[in-house]
Amino acid sequence: MGREIPYIALTENEVEEMLEEVGIKDVDELYSDIPSKYLLERFDFPPSRSEIEVKKMIEEILSRNRCVGELKLFIGGGAWPHYIPSAVKEIVSRSEFLTSYTPYQPEASQGILQALFEYQSLLAELLEIDVVNASMYDWATALGEAFRMAARVTGRRRILYPHYISPQRREVASTYSSGMGLRLEDYMQLEDGSVDLEDLKSRLDRGVAAVYIEYPSYLGFIAKNIKAVGELAHEVGALFIVGVDPTALGIFEAPGKLGADIVVGEGQPLGLPMSFGGPLLGILGCRLEPRLLHSLPGRLIGMTKTLRGDERAYCMVLQSREQHIKREKATSNICTNQALCAVAVAAYLSLLGKNGFIELGRQILARTSYMVGKLSEISGVRAPLFDAPHFKEFAYRVDRYSSRELLRKLLENGIVGGIDLSREFNELDNSILTCVTEMHSKRDIDEYVGIVKEVVEG
Amino acid sequence: MRFRQARFVEPLVFELSRPGAHGSEFPVLEPELERSLEEALNEIPEELRRRDLGLPELSEPDVIRHFTRLSEMNYSITAGMYPLGSCTMKYNPVLNEEVASSPKVLDVHPLQPEETVQGCLKLLYDLEQLLKKLTGMDRFSFQPSAGAHGEFLGCLIIREYHRSKGRNRKIMIIPDSAHGTNPASAAMAGFEVRVVKSNECGCVDVEELERMVDEDVAGIMLTNPNTLGIFEKDIERIVEIIHGVDGLLYYDGANLNALLGKVRPGDMGFDIIHLNLHKTFSTPHGGGGPGSGPIGVVEKLVDFLPPPLVEYDEESDRYYLDYDRPRSVGRVKMFHGNFSVLVKTYAYLLRMGGDGLRKVAETSVLTSNYLMRKIEKLRGVSLPFDPKRPRKHEFVVSLQPLYKETGVMVIDVAKRLLDYGYHAPTIYFPLIVDEAFMVEPTETESKREIDGFYQALKDVLDEAYRDPERVKNAPYNTAVGRVDEVRASRPKTMIPSWRVYRRMEG
Repeated sequence: MGREIPYIALTENEVEEMLEEVGIKDVDELYSDIPSKYLLERFDFPPSRSEIEVKKMIEEILSRNRCVGELKLFIGGGAWPHYIPSAVKEIVSRSEFLTSYTPYQPEASQGILQALFEYQSLLAELLEIDVVNASMYDWATALGEAFRMAARVTGRRRILYPHYISPQRREVASTYSSGMGLRLEDYMQLEDGSVDLEDLKSRLDRGVAAVYIEYPSYLGFIAKNIKAVGELAHEVGALFIVGVDPTALGIFEAPGKLGADIVVGEGQPLGLPMSFGGPLLGILGCRLEPRLLHSLPGRLIGMTKTLRGDERAYCMVLQSREQHIKREKATSNICTNQALCAVAVAAYLSLLGKNGFIELGRQILARTSYMVGKLSEISGVRAPLFDAPHFKEFAYRVDRYSSRELLRKLLENGIVGGIDLSREFNELDNSILTCVTEMHSKRDIDEYVGIVKEVVEG
Repeated sequence: MRFRQARFVEPLVFELSRPGAHGSEFPVLEPELERSLEEALNEIPEELRRRDLGLPELSEPDVIRHFTRLSEMNYSITAGMYPLGSCTMKYNPVLNEEVASSPKVLDVHPLQPEETVQGCLKLLYDLEQLLKKLTGMDRFSFQPSAGAHGEFLGCLIIREYHRSKGRNRKIMIIPDSAHGTNPASAAMAGFEVRVVKSNECGCVDVEELERMVDEDVAGIMLTNPNTLGIFEKDIERIVEIIHGVDGLLYYDGANLNALLGKVRPGDMGFDIIHLNLHKTFSTPHGGGGPGSGPIGVVEKLVDFLPPPLVEYDEESDRYYLDYDRPRSVGRVKMFHGNFSVLVKTYAYLLRMGGDGLRKVAETSVLTSNYLMRKIEKLRGVSLPFDPKRPRKHEFVVSLQPLYKETGVMVIDVAKRLLDYGYHAPTIYFPLIVDEAFMVEPTETESKREIDGFYQALKDVLDEAYRDPERVKNAPYNTAVGRVDEVRASRPKTMIPSWRVYRRMEG
């Protein structure tokens, strides 16, 4: 006993003065209205520790991890290893952003408001869509909200989604949809990565609220007939939802230009660490159309003016959609989101700028193409599994060898080789989903390919 | 008046753009990679090639200065007191930031093989053990990223619990003083919301509750202490009534700060709880997130938690993920929740310990009652609901008398407080109090800060009687004057992006 408790500001004298003002002798009197049976006499919990001890304890626990630097990570599937410029880290560690609350008082919070407005605006340029909200938790929850939004807007209950989707993302979207009783059905994708339009047509009718497609897909391929998919959806009055990995959009056409009504995606590749899967950043945007806008969940920041004059100012807008005003009639329950992650993305996109962002895409595309080419030269390897343009990720299959065994061999050499797809899709036996980014040198890729060659060719 | 916020006229990044400027570079592509790139580019169909990219062009110093200036126009808990009721804006220890910025946290992929992430798994496992002790719950899921996200998951579990018993219960009961997220979350999970009124003591009206509860009721969502800062004294009876129809009790953990180490929600009879790690456990709020809202449940609900849960095999000293959860309501997020936020929470809990957490609760309750007893005596203020009862970590006064006597509204008072260097308390909430002014000082403010806030409020109220217009036109010392929020949301003048702005300006 007797240890000073950290972070508590009152001195003993101050406590005495306060007790006196309140008119009590002991702070326990303030708990006198709680039935005594609920008050703990003894609290079974470890004792407080010094900063030195805590730091050592946590470092020791974390030392059991192997991270980038100790391992070469060729794995994506929802979080991807990318480079984060030092300037981004500097900006988001500024305590003025880090330790502020939701900007309920705009006059004292212009900094975060403008930064979030810039996030929305930069994403709007990248996606070529007018409105992007100030963030959702991750791509998967953004997708769940997009499905709900589509159902509210159209009054319909069926959603069509691609067969090859991250199983976790599909599960989250399905959990989100369950409260509204939506029916989710998958449509087929062909061996060249395009959508099976006949299959899609056979499922489309006026009961479909939305058709969803990913661009690039979970398996890294681009559907060449993506525009036709949107057109088919629109023909029956369904909304077209496009899910993106934004790093592809320096090279590939923006979803807004492909007919998307709603865009979702993952912002983590744009300046956020993987952090064992969180925080991530859910992108959610839509066209500027009243029925869409008023159904859009989440925080939205707008540019306005001060009441007195012509000074530009920023504040939260359309709060009448949100839970603190509308309660059970709100478009979503979301309140706390991923604001600081959005600031990181704003800083990242500002730094890379137009040319840097295109170069990022080229760097990734070059490595994807190089690695696919190298793997395809190995007999007994089919790379890529889908005959389509790929970006950042691709699936390959090994004959005469188990994908699980191959991943184990790679790990023995300090390489995390990807995701074992045979555990996710029955038809993709002995297949691996691999990821390359600007982080991987040619030597890293050659090393990976060399091991596969050695293992597969025996 | 000792406060003056920075007032930069800072253009948008788009307006700062200087064609040709660049803030990043990449390795030069080797010839082989360059060839691969050309091949890949040729494969892309014409109509899928990006034509135009409207991102700005800036140098690294441009970008750093821009965001630094913006940050200087942002109030934060690091800079001063932030007495937002129900938000628990306590000091955010910098140790947390340091331990969570290790590459062993940041540069780890969520789908790495288990043997390479034993540290993450052990930390999750150990944190769960601490939260169980703290709340009296049996298992936790870390997937929810925020309080509301936890509520949504909790509501799905309540629905699934009833389904597992072969019934479709439709009604969720929620007090009129509840946070707005409660009814929104219940509705998202497919429930109809039935509102129970507060009585003259500011607590759930138990007689009305008894009349409302029938076999259609799935459960109740409660905050205790409630948003008035009052402990629900009839909690035992409420639990009896709800459990009497086999309903479930959901505990909104936003106000747990008052009870840390003193009272456990599990002991009161709650079945599900969410915690706001970014409130009670000192992780920063980041201007609106990321937070973390893990939920804990009692034994009979463990099967419904989303996959995976972290388990420990003592024999091999290995931690592993259990994905085999056939009765689960399903995932609510990718991967394992906001992991780096969990690391910060773990550091905080280790540092505070049981003795520290109890002192957090007691001190937060003391500072709140101290400030309330001083503020209630001010002209223009009234203390609704059983003024003699102690409040817990927060309290709500009404500025209705001030409004009636001067025409100055609570929002004006809030704005004027900004001029004194204090963030305003929560206003117009809970909805059952007119001109509500909801204050939560927390345990990390010194008496000097708290007295300073009191003095500032006193000065503002005095000024409102003397010169109401001065208060109504506040603030004056912030980065900008009073913002036109109506214009901001009007369809014809709303500007949600630079893209839309450009179009409107023609």
